[in-house]
Amino acid sequence: MWQAAGMESTAAARAREVTDAVLADLAAGVHRGVVVDSPPGAGKSTLVVRAARELAATGAATMIVAQTNEQVDDLVDRIAGADDRLRLGRLSAADYRPTPRVARHRNVRVAAKPADLDAPAVTVGTAAKWATVAEGTWPWAIVDEAYQMRADALLRVAPRFDRALFVGDPGQLDPFSTVDTGRWTGVSWDPMQSAVAVLLRHNPDLPLHRLPVSWRLPPSAAAVVAEAFYPDAPFTAGTAPGVRRWALDGPPVDAYDDTLDTAARTGWALHSLPPAFTPRTDAEAAAACAALAGRLLSRGATATCERTTAPVTAERIAVGAAHRDQVAAIRSALPPHAAQVTVDTANRLQGREYDVTIVLHPLSGRRDATAFHLEAGRLCVLTSRHRQACVVVARAGIPALLDAYPSREPVHLDTPVRFPDGWAAHHALLEHLAATAH
Amino acid sequence: MLSALARAQAAATGVAQPLTTVGHLHAAAAPLVCVPLALAGETLAPLAALVGTDRAAPRLLVVPQPRNRDLRFAFAAALAAEVLPYLDARRGATEDVPADRGRQVRVRYLDAPQVWVPNPGGVEFVRLLGRSLRFRRTDGEHPVPAAVPRLGCWLTFLADRAELPGSALLVAATAALGAHWATGQSAVEDAHLPALLAWIDPPEGRTGAGAAAAAEDPAVTPPAGPATDPAFDRDVLAPLVAAYDRGAPDAPGRLAAALRGQLTPAWDAVWRAYDLLAALPPGATVAARWGQDRDAFTGYAAHLDEGGLPQPRHDSAVAAAARLHRLERAAATYALQRAYDDPLVLADHRLAGEAFRGEVVLADPTRVDDSGRRPVLRPRITVRSADPLHLAPGTALCAPGRPKQRATLVSVEGRDAVLELRGGMGRGRTPEAGSVPEVGEVVTYTTLTDAFAPAPAFPAPEDTPWTHGGPPADPAGGDPRGGAEVPGDPPAGAPPEPVPAG
Repeated sequence: MWQAAGMESTAAARAREVTDAVLADLAAGVHRGVVVDSPPGAGKSTLVVRAARELAATGAATMIVAQTNEQVDDLVDRIAGADDRLRLGRLSAADYRPTPRVARHRNVRVAAKPADLDAPAVTVGTAAKWATVAEGTWPWAIVDEAYQMRADALLRVAPRFDRALFVGDPGQLDPFSTVDTGRWTGVSWDPMQSAVAVLLRHNPDLPLHRLPVSWRLPPSAAAVVAEAFYPDAPFTAGTAPGVRRWALDGPPVDAYDDTLDTAARTGWALHSLPPAFTPRTDAEAAAACAALAGRLLSRGATATCERTTAPVTAERIAVGAAHRDQVAAIRSALPPHAAQVTVDTANRLQGREYDVTIVLHPLSGRRDATAFHLEAGRLCVLTSRHRQACVVVARAGIPALLDAYPSREPVHLDTPVRFPDGWAAHHALLEHLAATAH
Repeated sequence: MLSALARAQAAATGVAQPLTTVGHLHAAAAPLVCVPLALAGETLAPLAALVGTDRAAPRLLVVPQPRNRDLRFAFAAALAAEVLPYLDARRGATEDVPADRGRQVRVRYLDAPQVWVPNPGGVEFVRLLGRSLRFRRTDGEHPVPAAVPRLGCWLTFLADRAELPGSALLVAATAALGAHWATGQSAVEDAHLPALLAWIDPPEGRTGAGAAAAAEDPAVTPPAGPATDPAFDRDVLAPLVAAYDRGAPDAPGRLAAALRGQLTPAWDAVWRAYDLLAALPPGATVAARWGQDRDAFTGYAAHLDEGGLPQPRHDSAVAAAARLHRLERAAATYALQRAYDDPLVLADHRLAGEAFRGEVVLADPTRVDDSGRRPVLRPRITVRSADPLHLAPGTALCAPGRPKQRATLVSVEGRDAVLELRGGMGRGRTPEAGSVPEVGEVVTYTTLTDAFAPAPAFPAPEDTPWTHGGPPADPAGGDPRGGAEVPGDPPAGAPPEPVPAG
């Protein structure tokens, strides 16, 4: 245990070093913007809370731009909880009713217009809400989840701030649109880029920091996820091997148990189904996802981490899939005792954290591999939500499918090349899963 | 999912299957058809075009040596002589349209142009030709007639407008047919207009599949452009162009005859596609969308009349963001209108779990929610549906018959969905008669919403923020119109045209 504790403290020291460098850049004020790349669970929110408090301490009014109301409420709760004398404003839609975690703080005011917030030190709102604010400027902005924000959303918000800290996870899903956006391909202000991409293309000399430690992912996952999805920004797990562990209580009976026991042993498991071409809502695969969640709960499991030892309850389990109809199929297949298990799409699982996740592989049962299903961000979100283990459910034959459909996205002039390539990331992850099976 | 089934049925029966019960495209009374051909191996070297409004008398334009730039601009001038009078002829009678909630009046033409090309490649040809012509100068070193840059502006306007979902000013025949019929062949094969038509409207006594297979031989049915058949290029075109270069006296005539032979089948095919689509009963909102097209046409005509500059080479940062907003809004509106106009399109949404239809089994039309600052009318209804109900509580829903009313899914229990309604019920404490569905009424709710969004605020081009490169360096130079709104398009976020209920 001595060794493990030592490793954790070095990890903490490295993480603190980066955080200090970020705050020093903010304080120096040499650059108009500072960018922080954060791998999954690397303490992004902690950084945002700390930066907001430090900026508030200088007396500069700060605006925080998050992407969803959920994220705004989370940030308000965390900042208000960290410092009950800091006056906070929560910009909201007219029909917003404060959630309990916002309403419980006496230092938070909620209003639809900045003027009604009584000049708080920190004002938090969604990007969509900030876009409706037509007047006033803030010396500082913190843009949270900046890789989920589209460049056109930043364009509407940017006139409101002088300088900004951009924080986000580059491995998440790219912004998307339902219309054809080809006419802007290669243009430096292509509105389909992420906010960070457009910012760095016009301000290439801005300081770029990378948080080096994932506190969420266990060592078994950090290495795999970093190699597959963050080839340019390696990171490590914040915990030593053996600190995170979990085991199932009841005796194993069938293949589901073998899969779960493998996941408990190695942190990963591939639950392979016979090869078949299926519709998107593959009933057998959906049933397998649901059955795995059900079995985990009926056998019962106990998870130990650096904070606590606790049973793995339904709230600590998530099932992820690529499409909404798959989510619906899995949800309707869940046994009654597993009804509280979260089932959602990759888009909606972004930023969330569980002990064990069960993932329906985006390419399972498919005849072709489209750009949507190959997107690295989608697979990355699905396979980086867990603190203990991730179980992937898939029809056999995906490597062959990948080989039959190599990436053939056209290459455009003046468009920065994006890494990782989804095709390579899929192969890397599958290779690792195949290796854990034995 | 329904379209996949329709494709499977088409493949099994050999007959194309309808995807819609109504037409979703306005078919103009007097369309202009243009079938262009381009020289292989060049980005844009016009080779020939059949163009006109009279299906019996198309005008053939030929560039006998497509690499000769003077001949290329002569072609452009000849095309302008066909297209510009057609556009001007649409500028006849006008109508007054209330704008700004009735405070002002806007004038628009009763007619607008509708240009048909065979396929999306034709739209791309129009876009590229527009780009190459609109900055041509009428003075200086290589002057062109004033009609040439004017044609470039109009072609760019049409190609820009074609990106807008639901617009009908520039129509690609294959895309329009493919939105209304499913064939048993692949999407790539559907891009070949003769094969697509063979599926939808096979000759007497043949199946669609058989007729489509026959239409694939380029020797019998030449491609509908802009790319030519390579065998034709090699065996016919190259020798004739060489003969023209040598000055052979009969070369121009033989070239024209050969190109006419390549173009005529496609010309006839586009007219057949037009006839098929014009024969469909139009959906309820088709006229409203055509009204927006007429608005756009009126606006752009006025812009050119006032000596307005051609469209900029690239959208500025602000213009790109504003345009993306307009396109996304139009796409959402078009999807909603199609579903509301057409039960078959709506069925696709129902199968995907994005809509459900059922009978109202419980209704509390006078329910008041007094948990907020002031009590508000929030009726609740329970809908019993046989459709799969996979929607999550809290989902916002809309009903086709009640466009102003919003519903929120409160809970789902088995086959019963409980909905809370707001809006569209008049101003009183009790809802107006008929505004809340009654017990026994069959209703449909969808997740497609067309909620009114306030006009989005984009910074002025000269205030482009530092994150996007700051203000354009030379607003008057490279990007002549900077981030200005595209004339003719309604301002972003403008309330949609009123949609007739039901």
